[in-house]
Amino acid sequence: MRSLLLVLTLALGLAAPALARDNVTSFTLENGLALVVIEDHRAPVVTHMVWYRTGAADEAPGHSGIAHFFEHLMFRGTDSLTPGEFSATVEAQGGSDNAFTSWDYTAYFQRVAADRLSLMMQMEADRMRNLKLFDEDVATERHVIIEERGQRTDSDPGALLREQMGAAQFLNHPYGRPIIGWMHEITELDRQDALAFYRANYAPNNAIVVVAGDVTPEAALALAETHYGPLLPSEAIAPRIRPSEPPQLAERRIVLTDERVAEPYVIRSYLAPERNPGDQRKAAALTLLAELLGGNPTTSVFARELQFGQGIATWSAAFYDGTSVDPDTFGVFVMPVPGVSLAEAEAAMDKVIETFLTEGVDPEELARIKTQVRASTIYARDDAGGLARLYGQALAVGLTVQDVRDWPEILQLVTKDEIMAAATEVFDRNRAVTGWLQAPQPDVAANVTPAAAAEEATE
Amino acid sequence: MMLRLAHAAFALATTLTVTLAAPLRAEIAIQEVTSPGGIKAWLVEDHNIPFMALEIRFRGGTSLDQPGKRGAVNLMTATLEEGAGDLDAQGFAAARDGLAAQIGFGADADEVAVSVQALSENRAEAMDLVRLALTAPRFDAEAVERVKGQVLAGLRADAQDPSAIAARLEAARQYGDHPYGSGGDGTIDSVTALTRDDLVAAWQGVLARDRVYVAAAGDITGEELGLLLDKLLSGLPETGWPMPAPAQLNDAGGVHVEPFPGPQSVVLFGHGGIAFGDPDFFAANILNEILGGGRFSARLMSEVRDKRGLTYGIVTGLAARDLSAEWVGQFQASNDKVAEAIMVIRAEWARLAAGDVTEEDLAAAKTYITGSYPLRFDGNGPIASILVGMQMLGLPSDYPRTRNDKVNAVTLDDLKRVAARLLKPDNLFFTVVGEPAGLASTE
Repeated sequence: MRSLLLVLTLALGLAAPALARDNVTSFTLENGLALVVIEDHRAPVVTHMVWYRTGAADEAPGHSGIAHFFEHLMFRGTDSLTPGEFSATVEAQGGSDNAFTSWDYTAYFQRVAADRLSLMMQMEADRMRNLKLFDEDVATERHVIIEERGQRTDSDPGALLREQMGAAQFLNHPYGRPIIGWMHEITELDRQDALAFYRANYAPNNAIVVVAGDVTPEAALALAETHYGPLLPSEAIAPRIRPSEPPQLAERRIVLTDERVAEPYVIRSYLAPERNPGDQRKAAALTLLAELLGGNPTTSVFARELQFGQGIATWSAAFYDGTSVDPDTFGVFVMPVPGVSLAEAEAAMDKVIETFLTEGVDPEELARIKTQVRASTIYARDDAGGLARLYGQALAVGLTVQDVRDWPEILQLVTKDEIMAAATEVFDRNRAVTGWLQAPQPDVAANVTPAAAAEEATE
Repeated sequence: MMLRLAHAAFALATTLTVTLAAPLRAEIAIQEVTSPGGIKAWLVEDHNIPFMALEIRFRGGTSLDQPGKRGAVNLMTATLEEGAGDLDAQGFAAARDGLAAQIGFGADADEVAVSVQALSENRAEAMDLVRLALTAPRFDAEAVERVKGQVLAGLRADAQDPSAIAARLEAARQYGDHPYGSGGDGTIDSVTALTRDDLVAAWQGVLARDRVYVAAAGDITGEELGLLLDKLLSGLPETGWPMPAPAQLNDAGGVHVEPFPGPQSVVLFGHGGIAFGDPDFFAANILNEILGGGRFSARLMSEVRDKRGLTYGIVTGLAARDLSAEWVGQFQASNDKVAEAIMVIRAEWARLAAGDVTEEDLAAAKTYITGSYPLRFDGNGPIASILVGMQMLGLPSDYPRTRNDKVNAVTLDDLKRVAARLLKPDNLFFTVVGEPAGLASTE
């Protein structure tokens, strides 16, 4: 499905492996379009992706959801393609295509036989500048998106909690708005909004093309020059300077009660720094911290203490992905076993974090994690399409090809002390939002107010 | 005029590329390996990347659960990695991660699956761990209780998840008391009652050599693979539990509405299907592609989503399983749109059943099905999975070379004949979980 990127998943692997062997080449066309070529000649297949440096965090206030809505409209036709013909043409080649939107980027991709790359570039270049929008198409697609929101968000209490927590975490920065948009604003989006967003953001000097698979850099460059080369750059592309967060003065808490909840859980997000060009060390420390604390379902600190040791949790996790334009979050999660309250689960989780901050890193666990990081650069080479995503995402948030190349090595170099320093900095309840997801409680005693729970948790 | 010209030029370009590129390099060299001990496996050797993907399947899966022990095979499979030999659960995980090996276990209604990716530099040690998990699992009381807790949490979550509720209702309606009629992970009661002895019995009954299938791809030779497999699997019992009987599908049409709060309803629909080995399977597969397959241009996607905006997505598929076959579909829609979407589906079903299909429909589906096939073989992981699946379907190892010919051999007359044979609008059953407006159960 043309879809939102699900940014928060509870089972994150090790972030961002890159290639040990250098089969990545990059170019910039005269019109500003960036091209990355990842060679893999084992199968006659190619993945072609176009990433735009624009997403939900670049929308005008009051128009939430337009970045994602517009992604759908990109399939609605150009001067030379009727609505639906883009996908139909890809499919007639035996290929598949789709697109996704996040806060910082919007990406379109096709997976086709390698000798169909030219046609894919021809069509993507066409819709980069020649999209045609009609009111009736916009109206129908709005219905599809309302259904999408119903399916992904409103039917899922966990998704509703995450949406509320995001809004609470970011009071001022646009990361606080949902990618798909608030329902009352989605219903008002129209053709004019779409065209304004298109003109402001879709141009070669705001795009990154990634080609991965059975193609040489020379051939890919020649095709890109042919199809993307003639497109005029836009002078309207503005630097992405977004409103920043004011100092957070107090802890924020959300309790979402929903009759559809079967397994209650507690989840917390802390404001955390992101990867920056030439400056990824702290993000690397946080990546390893998430792995140590809750990355492994058996041997992580959370799993050992909460699942094995005390036996009070069914699942636990920690997660972090620093690949964003602006500071984002570090998350922790505990789903208690039946009979253990959310207040008890949260208190136990905080106790584990507190102990970790005094006891420090288990060197054996860290060594195993670094071994896995090293191996992930080997396994990653089996999936050229996955590598295309990795490079596209990194470049779309302002990192460079060199940053992606350096990342595995930086992960190897990070020390225990750096991990502990990052942990000390990030684990500040006054920079956090804590969420409880629960079913209605018939039992009065179980109806602990958040304030009472917080007191309990610190006892 | 401009528009028309542009279209003509575009169509030409498209046709040209298709013609030029028709013989896609789907030539993957599958070796049939027989180990010194007699275990058969398929292999695609590729030494580009220093790791190997290994896929092992045991036919039968959760359908082998014994009476009163529903969920035993699933729980057994989930507990294989929770301690083996002299390693407890944490010891096993630490050993595995120290080697950066990836070892996964899963069970469904037709098979237990073991998926391994191991680096060339420490393959022997990684395989020792897999061997321990398969032949010497501990099923420690602590591990069984902990994993049981996770399975039970999943079952409680399913009881509040409209998609899971729909799947369980639909299975029960279709197959009643047959294992296909209930979830392989069991029920709260059946899982709660399972004991360590039940898991040991399931382990011995399911992981047997008379039902094992093996495929590998990557940095390993046939000889090395043979030796590895003898070590890995020779400790397993020769035979296991007998295979379950074929399942009888209740193929009556109708509607069932299961009330559930929320803005949308989840809808599963379908009727009887066709076995993979049936001579009409390829025609049926093309029909499914035209009706509701993976393409955005499929009829249901076009009619229900793109033209009317009734859903975010709708898809149909041929579920050709070991013990039965169905033609199924699913979508989610706002409660006020479900009835209209069902009307559109019924109409499209009837239209295709009546033979309303053209040479253009056939050609577009064929180019998609044949063109996408070679694209699947694009890595050690995908290749090993495809190879083991082919063996379970009883296909010969040269199948990738002949498969597209079988697709291309289907004629428009075949499509119309098979549509009349298989598509039965009156037999469509819709299982709806939600609060749909203007729609009631038929029972």
